[in-house]
Order: sequence, then C-alpha cells, then structure tokens
Amino acid sequence: MKRLDAPIARTYSGAASAAGPLLFVRSTRRAKLGEWVRIGGEGQEERRGQVVDVGTEITVIQVFEDTLGLKPADAAITLAGETATTVVGKDLLGRALSGTGEPLDGLPPSIGEARLPIWGAPINPVRRQHPSDFIETGVSAIDGMNTLVRGQKLPVFSAPGLPGVELAADIVENARPARGEPFAVVFAAIGITERETQIFVSRFRESEVMERTVLFLNQASDPTIERLLTPRVALTTAEHLAYTHGIHVLVVMADITHYAEALREIAAAREEIPGRRGFPGYMYTDLASLFERAGVLKDGKGSVTQLPVVSLPDDDMTHPIPDLTGYITEGQIVLSRELHQRGVYPPVDVLPSLSRLMNAGIGQDRTVPEHREWADQLYAVYARGREAKLMAAIVGSEGLAPGDRRALDFVDAFEGQLIHQGGTRRSLVDTMRIGWSLLETLPRDELTRISDTAWEARGRDEVSKEPPR
Amino acid sequence: MTDARIIRVAGAIAEAQPLGDAALYELVEVGERRLLGEVIRIQDDVATIQVFEETNGLGLHEPVRRTGSSLMTRLGPGLLGSIIDGIGRPLEGLAERSGDFMTPGMTLPTLDPDTRWSFAPTVEAGAMVCGGDVLGVVEERPGMAHQILVPPGSGGRVAEIQEGSYTVSDTVATLDDGTTLSLSHPWAIRQRRPFAHRLPSDRPFITGQRVFDFLFPVVEGGSVAVPGGFGTGKTVIEQSLAKYAKADIMVYIGCGERGNEMAEVLHDFGRLIDPETGRPIMDRTILIVNTSNMPVAARDASVYLGMTIAEYYRDMGYHVAILADSLSRWAEALREIGARLQEMPGEEGYPTYLPNRMSRLYERAGRVESEGTPARTGAVTFISAISPPGGDFSEPVTQASLRVVGALWALDASLAHQRQFPAVDWDISYSLYTDGTTEWFAREGGADWAELRVETIRLLQRDRELREIAGLVGVDALEDEDRLVLEGARIAREFLIGQNAFHPHDAFSTVAKTYHLAKLLWAFMRTGKAALGDDVSFEKLDLAAVRRAFGSVKTAAPDALEQQIAEAEQTISDMGAP
Repeated sequence: MKRLDAPIARTYSGAASAAGPLLFVRSTRRAKLGEWVRIGGEGQEERRGQVVDVGTEITVIQVFEDTLGLKPADAAITLAGETATTVVGKDLLGRALSGTGEPLDGLPPSIGEARLPIWGAPINPVRRQHPSDFIETGVSAIDGMNTLVRGQKLPVFSAPGLPGVELAADIVENARPARGEPFAVVFAAIGITERETQIFVSRFRESEVMERTVLFLNQASDPTIERLLTPRVALTTAEHLAYTHGIHVLVVMADITHYAEALREIAAAREEIPGRRGFPGYMYTDLASLFERAGVLKDGKGSVTQLPVVSLPDDDMTHPIPDLTGYITEGQIVLSRELHQRGVYPPVDVLPSLSRLMNAGIGQDRTVPEHREWADQLYAVYARGREAKLMAAIVGSEGLAPGDRRALDFVDAFEGQLIHQGGTRRSLVDTMRIGWSLLETLPRDELTRISDTAWEARGRDEVSKEPPR
Repeated sequence: MTDARIIRVAGAIAEAQPLGDAALYELVEVGERRLLGEVIRIQDDVATIQVFEETNGLGLHEPVRRTGSSLMTRLGPGLLGSIIDGIGRPLEGLAERSGDFMTPGMTLPTLDPDTRWSFAPTVEAGAMVCGGDVLGVVEERPGMAHQILVPPGSGGRVAEIQEGSYTVSDTVATLDDGTTLSLSHPWAIRQRRPFAHRLPSDRPFITGQRVFDFLFPVVEGGSVAVPGGFGTGKTVIEQSLAKYAKADIMVYIGCGERGNEMAEVLHDFGRLIDPETGRPIMDRTILIVNTSNMPVAARDASVYLGMTIAEYYRDMGYHVAILADSLSRWAEALREIGARLQEMPGEEGYPTYLPNRMSRLYERAGRVESEGTPARTGAVTFISAISPPGGDFSEPVTQASLRVVGALWALDASLAHQRQFPAVDWDISYSLYTDGTTEWFAREGGADWAELRVETIRLLQRDRELREIAGLVGVDALEDEDRLVLEGARIAREFLIGQNAFHPHDAFSTVAKTYHLAKLLWAFMRTGKAALGDDVSFEKLDLAAVRRAFGSVKTAAPDALEQQIAEAEQTISDMGAP
C-alpha cells in the first residue's frame, strides 16, 4: 500500500500522437509507471489517464475517457506524481458513485477518511486466514449445495438472457453473515445497461439495503477504459471497510466479461501479441489481481468476499474469460438456460456448480453437522436422475431400473421445490427442511450417503449460532 | 559502471543504460526502492531486466545496481519447515517487517542468520575433500540429519575443522588454500547441481492414492504431468501427495495459484503429523509460495528455486518429491515476459523456447549417485499440475510435458462432475514405470499385483463399452454377465480407485490396503460369475450388502482393517446364497 514519494505534478504541453485510447508523449522526464495523468488544454474537456509504458523517448498514456475530439498537439498533460487513488471511508455507505468514484446521487463528494492507491498490494499468504465462516445468501442452491464462505471468490456464470445480475442483486438484498456481524455490500457495476442500472438502484433503495451498500456504476455508455478502474476502486473501498472498520464486505462485480473486453481493447491498441480469442496473454495475471483481493486476514475482524458475475459468450464455459476466471476463483455458480426456460428461478445448475471452500464453512459449529451428507445425497440422486433423464429419452422411462425411475421423478421435484424459490429469501433451515422432505420420498436404503446419525438428526431447525472454537 | 539508469519500464520489464557489461541472468537492484530483477537481454549497452517485484511507481532515471552474481539461494540447515516466496524470502519475516500486505523492495535471507546449529564433523584435519564430500552433520529437525557438503567445485586438504555451535555463515572448516567453508553455500538456481551419475529406478514412489499406486505408478526419481481443467481436483491431489506420500522431503511450489488455497495448505500442514515419524509434516516440508497476484517474474524463479532445494537434499541421499501447482502458470509467466520483449511467439503465444525450457526442467528430476564420499543415492521426483485452458490437452504446455514425463495422470471434468475423485481418466492416463515396478509390487504388495492391475484396466474398458450399449438399449436388456461387469466396474470406480481425500482413514491407502481392495474386487467378480453360472439370476445377488462391505473396508481404521476385509470376504461368498 506504499504510495509514491511526495507527489509532484508536472505539466507538459502537446502529445506526439494519439491512437485509440492511447496517447504518446515525448520526453516526459521522471515519468513513473502507473502514474495518474490529467489531460486538459484549451477548449478540451478534462480527461484522465494513466502511464502504462515509460521510456526516454516516448511515454505511453492510456486515456480512460473517450478520446473523440482529443487534439494531441494542443493537449496539456499533467503527470500527477502518484498512482491512481480513491477516497475511502465509512461515509461512502449509502452512496451511488460513478465507475471512478464521482457522486451520481446529487450529493457532494465524500470527504472520506483516507485516499488510497487503487492497485492494492497482494496479501502476504502467511497472513491469510483460511476462510471458514458461512455467509447465508438466502438462495437454496448456494447455501445448501454450494455454500459461500467469507473471504471466498465465487463467480456466477451467467449468459446473455440469463438472470445472473438479478441473482446477484437478490444476494445483495438477502445476504447476511451467520451470526449478525457487521456487514456491507460494495456493488461494482461494470458496463451494465441503463435498464439494469434502473432495476438495481430502485430495488436497493426500496429494500433499505442501500444504507449498507456502496454502489459504483460504470454503465454501458460510459468510456470502456474506465471499466479497468471500476472494480479496483470498488475493491479498495471494500478493503478499507473490511480491514480498517472490521466489516464483512461482499463485493459484487457485474459484469467481468465487460472488464475483460476493455482489457483486450487496450492490449490491441498497444499492438500486443494477442492470446486466445484476442485476449492478452497476461489476462490470467490481471484477473488474479482483482480476484485475489478477496480474503480474510489473521487476527483481523473484517473480510472481503467476492461474487463476480461473468457472462459466458455463446454459453461457452471454455471461452477464455470464464475459463481463466474458473482457474482463479474458488468455484462457480452456473446458470442454466434450460432451467431458465422452464421458469425455474434462480436457474442454478448444481451439477457443474462448485464451491471449493464449502467443506470449511459447513458442518458442526458452522451450519449443521449433517450438512455435507445432506448435500452429497441430494447431489447424488439428482445426478443419477439427470443421467436417467438422458437414458429415458432413448429407451423410455419404462425401460429404466426402478431406482433410476425414482431418481428421474426426483429431478423435477428437486428443481421445482429446492432450486426454484422465485424471488423470495430462504433461510438455510428452510432449505435443509425442503431437502430432507425430498429425500424422505425415497427408500432409506437408497440414501447411501446419509449415515444413521445424520438421518436421525434431520429436520432439526437450529443452525449453529455459536462461534466455532 | 555504477551510474546505470532506467530508460524504460513496461509491465514487469525494465531497461537500463549503460549496463552493457552485465552478465545474462545477473541479479540487479532496480530503482530507488531496490527492487530485485534479473538481466534477460543485453543489446549494446542496454540491458533488459525482468523485475521480481511490483513495478508500479518505477520511474525513468532511477538507478540500477549490479550485484555481480545471478539469482542465488543459500543452501543450508533451516530450509525445512520454511515458507518462502518465489525468490526465497521468508514470508513470515516479510510479514513481521511490512505487515499483512507485500511491500516491494524488501530483502531478507532465506536462512535465518542468527540460528545456531550444532555441527559434528565427520572428517578430520588433514583429510583431502572434494566437491560433494560430506564434511559433517547437523541435526536440522529431530531425526533429520542434514549433511554439510563441500560445495560443488571446491576441494583441497582440510587445514582446520571445528565442532560446536555455529550460524549458517560462520566458518566451520578451512582448506589449505585458505578457502573457508560454512554450514551453507550459495547456488545459482537456474543451474542444475552436479551428481556422479544417473541410476535407473525400480522403486515406486508410494503416493497412497490407489489409482496411482495400483494403475499408474511413478518411480522415485520419475516425473509426472497432472493436467486437468478447473474443478477437476488437481490441487486436492497435489495436497494429498504433499501430506501423505512416502518421500523423505517434500517441496511444494504454489506457483501462480490461489492465496486462500495456500492459506489452507499452511493451516493444514502446520497441524498434520506424519504417522511414521510422529513429527509434524512441516518438519519435512518446504513451501514456496507465489500466488497469482504476486509478481509474474518471481513465478518463473519459484520453480527453479524449488528444484535447486530439492537437488540439494537429494545430494545428501534423500528422496525428495517436488509438487508444483501449477506449471502452466510458470509457462504463462514466460509467455508474458516474452511478449513484453516482443519475441516472435510460437504456439498460442508461448515463446518458442518453452518446450526446451520445460524438458530441461523435467530432466532435473531423477535418481542419482551423488558426488563425493561417502557414497549416497538420492532422488528427485517431479509431479507437476498443469492447467490447460478449457481443459483441452492439445495445448502447448501439456504437449511439451508429455514429450518428457514418464507418466500422465489426466484429470477429467466429467468424472469430477460425477464426484469421482481423484478424477483420473483411466482411458488416457498412462505410466511408463509400470514394468519397472512390477517386481517391487509383487514382493511388497502381492504376487498377483500385475495381473490384478491388467484385469482391472480391462474391466474398466469393458465397462465403458457396455455403458454405451446400455445407453442405447437399457440396462435391463443386457446379459446378466454384462450386468455383473457393470457392477464390478462400479465397485472398482467407487471403492478401489475412488478415494476420499477428506476421510481420515481413506485419504492415504497403504500398499497392503490397495492390494486387498483389488483382491476383493476380483473375489467379487469370480463369485458373481460362478453364481450366474449356477443359474442364480443377477437380480438375486445381494449387491447392496457387497457395496456396504466394500465401503467399510475402504474407510476402515488401520486396526479394524483386517476384520473388515474378513467380513467383506464372507459377504462376497454369501452374496449368491438364496
């Protein structure tokens, strides 16, 4: 988190050339990599940029605003002497801000508590606490089957036409930590449409979650390159709330696909060698510099949990954006077009979904002791039923073995009762109860994943409230 | 020349001038914050430097200093149990100095300079020594003898040698020519350590994972590639091996992976006890941690650092296993740096020298006779996870690996979705070490080990064919014998090669347990076949009881294992009874 030496701003007049979002400036003595730049000049609107390549002959500046109408020769270029920073503080809660932190709600800019560089620094791995505390999202498919844990980064894999952002908004409204600890949401909207923006802002205002939320809005019509800043501004804000104020912060970033496209645009403008589908070779490292900012510190009180939304281009999980995301994040919640078309909401397909940190966050002292067995059993029957469904399409359901036939019927019940919940919040206790009632429709000896102890204890309606040892 | 200055910075790359007299791969200190970097190209008087730390804030005209040597690590007592970053700095020490977040520009020695070690010489003054000879011994951890070696390349007559308590930099011996020797010596990590000669290996590296030990074994000194898309369980496998596999020393390299995962490793490893020695497993472990958001050039270094440390312990006569997670991130670091240098890219943007660098790295694994006296044989086994984009194995990193490794453990996403763990695709995985280890397994496992193995692979292949047919005509339309094959294969998948990494008694399987489970599977197949031959219909077989019995054996505590096996044998022989 070290800042540059005392910032000294220097102004240069005129750039040598401009290409797309890049500005090439001659002989900027003492320019520093990552330095924040203001671009003005007579008759020119003020733009902001950042040094991405320093050299004795040419220094390259990436401009965050649209460069339409920018005259390189007349530009006054001010190097700020420090890297990009943002104002952080508790008074940001309840505010709606632009993608770079300017007020959008008509209120004056926040005074804040500090100005921090937005690039963050990696957490020293030995100072990380292994995440193990349950967050109740109010969504059965997540809480029950793919539990979210504080400090985790769990993306939602959505696709055009699927309600990924709506699901994220539901979670913003409904999420709460298991034991009522201080909680806040930082919502970074990256390149979302006007329609989506309206939905969120009005929903959050109505549901009173706004007072524990900071909203950063980079809309589809905002400059593309600004999208590279929005998640970092949001994460810096979240880190401050978490590590200075001991708040558990959930950061929702929607949509990472727009972010990655901005990254590609810059890479192309810099004539870098493109990797898969034109995305730069360092996209993994770059995405990691966002996602790895989730975590819990040892001896710290707060935490940063991330819920990025990724739109799968062409519903393709192997596309570089979801692929690299999946390699960095700790699991994924996958939405299914088929479930969506059948009216199941949220349309979560639990088979390819996964929460890698689930085991650490559930069970005795965390949720309920039989949580793992419960989830494994539901998963097993559902997986079997889905396979039976494929087979039934060929041989007809009469051709199935009795166990497969039961599993086949189970699929509809599971999707209709457990996964489907409309827009309502469901507690983990209720989720578990529905799950048990579904399992009770099957013969006990087919429930091989459930031990007798768990079976006897089922339906207990207490979730652990005691802090774990 | 002392006044070299930065003339360009872009990403992890900086250029400095005049620095034409630097050596390739020389370590330099870059900028006012003295960030560590390494010279990777020299053109006239301009040196291109890859910087191991965050370059944001680095400016023109800042000074660059030469250090005169390449990236070195100090090898000596105190490595075991340490947690270091990609360039060898202890992370605990960094945290004490700069808090919860990494700050660029910190230097800290890998080995603690103040710890005193009790040194017992094994040679006397007047003895002739040469590189690789054992000078004496330090007990690094209880029961772990750390032999102090004469650094490769040095040698002469010992003029003086001390006994007693010393730090890693104190002189413990002096040679006739005035050379002083201490408990540690520096080594350039990109250079492989010399040995007398390579030895063939016929001793399997017992991983404790049945699917590997039984179907695709690896030898001590072997190399394995473990490719798998995300969510296929690479990391769980690497961690299980690090925790339970039978090696004297484990070097775990977290290269460009998740911070929370490393936190889990640190958390688990600190608590686990090695059942054989009764000591914490950290006592035999070295963790090298460079998470994905830590600087990319240090990711490149981390793999060489791990290899160097492994070779050092190998030279003492230990069997060292390196678990790298993941080599793809290392290759991507090369690609990222290559792209910044505007090198002509090869396949998928990777530099053209990737296959060459990879094979040189893999070839540092092996079983060897060490240099010097007394005679010692040691081995480095190299197991590397690979993260192919989209789970597609045709990509360059997987393919370059396959050209050199001795075994492939291919992980498959659809098996993982079925919760079949370890999700090893038995159709495409292979091991070139099978023949070499047959004798050992026949002796230590059971005489029919190799036969059971071949039969099991055949069973799994037949299963795949039958399931395709069943998908068309329905299971009920199959012959009873074929349904028995399906059932047998299901048992094999669930109980023999399937293993629960989180179950206390299933996470590690001894060779004996693996053998007995295989034996039971084939007892089941034989009994089943006989019963069907006696006109018992498939429906009448008590399969539920058999599966329960297999489940009990699989998760049996060590002292209950024998009992459970006996009971399972009984259940199997009763299964066709009316």
